[in-house]
Amino acid sequence: MAGKPFDIRNIDRRIIFTLIFVAVVWPLLQPMSLPIDVSPPVQTLYDAIEAIPEGSIVMLGADYSPDTMPELQPMVDTFIRHAFERDLRIVVACLWPASPPLVETAIGPLAEEYGKEYGIDYVNLGYMAGGIVTLLGMGASIPNTYPSDYGGTPVGEIPLMQEVENFDDIAFVMEVSAGTPGTREWVQQVQGRYRVALGSGTTAVGAPNFYPYVQSGQLSGLLGGLKGAAEYETLVGHPGDATKGMDAQSVVHALVVAFILLGNVVYLLSLRSKGRAPAEA
Amino acid sequence: MRREIPLAITFLIGIFMLVDFFVPHHVVSSSAEEMKQWGTIVIAASILLGVGNLIRVHFHKIRRRREGWGYSITTLAIMGVMFFFGGPWGTIEEGSAFNWMFLNMQVPLQSTMFSLLAFFIASAAYRAFRLRSAEASLLLIAAIIVMLGRVPLGQLLTRSWPEAIQLPNMTEVIMAYPNMAAFRGILMGAALGVMAMGLRIILGIERSYLGGEK
Repeated sequence: MAGKPFDIRNIDRRIIFTLIFVAVVWPLLQPMSLPIDVSPPVQTLYDAIEAIPEGSIVMLGADYSPDTMPELQPMVDTFIRHAFERDLRIVVACLWPASPPLVETAIGPLAEEYGKEYGIDYVNLGYMAGGIVTLLGMGASIPNTYPSDYGGTPVGEIPLMQEVENFDDIAFVMEVSAGTPGTREWVQQVQGRYRVALGSGTTAVGAPNFYPYVQSGQLSGLLGGLKGAAEYETLVGHPGDATKGMDAQSVVHALVVAFILLGNVVYLLSLRSKGRAPAEA
Repeated sequence: MRREIPLAITFLIGIFMLVDFFVPHHVVSSSAEEMKQWGTIVIAASILLGVGNLIRVHFHKIRRRREGWGYSITTLAIMGVMFFFGGPWGTIEEGSAFNWMFLNMQVPLQSTMFSLLAFFIASAAYRAFRLRSAEASLLLIAAIIVMLGRVPLGQLLTRSWPEAIQLPNMTEVIMAYPNMAAFRGILMGAALGVMAMGLRIILGIERSYLGGEK
């Protein structure tokens, strides 16, 4: 009995899924070490951090959750590494409840690697509910807004926090965010009002939203997705998870483009066989 | 009075916060700072309400055996487990059960769910991204340039081309001009909308946040 003729338009999606799986796994097992060039928004962010005087206090705003961790965690890792290498002191403040333990997984080992001490060289203030209200509160007083750190120690007992009252004492804020509250709120409520230097790292899908802020100078620079993180790793000189992921992302993007082209060839051929132009379809 | 009092509070607080923005006197700013602390406390308390509501919704779903009630049992059971281990043994201590479950269960599960997007995007791109019209063609060409220009493979393929038409440079041009112009327009529209909505709420014209009234 003759079956239905194979029609590529109705290809089983499991075949596509399998190809994507192979496209992700194969480059991870067999790295191709593709070259990574640095784009202007990443370069300006790096330059802004390089220009901060040694010993200054910088803030890491970590506002993401485990779902976007593969994209954003490399940015957090690299920023912390960059700050420690330049002897900058870090205050971590989170507006998302899942962020503090994710930052802890990065900052603890790096502090050990660079011989940094908790409470003197860095502090994790943890999560505070409130979003925009919390940001505005920090503009008036950071110790009042975050009365204790992530471990419950009152900020009055933390040496580093004796030098921090509000954004006047923060040389630079690096905001790594996956949504709301995040980069937009930091730009609108903090940069716009308190004129603090602000850089941002976001998911690739969110990055296009923030180009107006880069162009206006409200953002000192922007890391967009895994590629932005890989570029930053390249500049800092410590290739990490983002750099490793670039090969897989390259192959997957090429495969998706191939799917799109194939889909359109089939679509145009089917129209031609019906004697119609695309606009009439 | 159930509506008049909240409306009056909203009006007074809203006007006061506007005054705080324009008047830098310490009497105004210290009072405004106090109110922002209240705001943080109120929002934190609303998380408790959210937990209560979650329990109520899923409890009703289980009791009435609505579709997917098994998932509700899972949700409540897992929430109970996290509460149980988070309460007496703490949530953040390294090695605590809560922290272990967060890092070794929630993190990989959420990452896995998000990563499934790659599979669906590939399948959807194959089926939906078609040259149906001039606008769709433009979108498709821009998408292909950005997709390849945002990965090292695009750099490698076009490295020997003239600089202006190398894929990463074309991607930056697309992001920095047409994309930025579109998003700037959206931002301005949204900002005007937020201002209008803020005024409507302060003046008591917009009352939907009070609930129960259109």
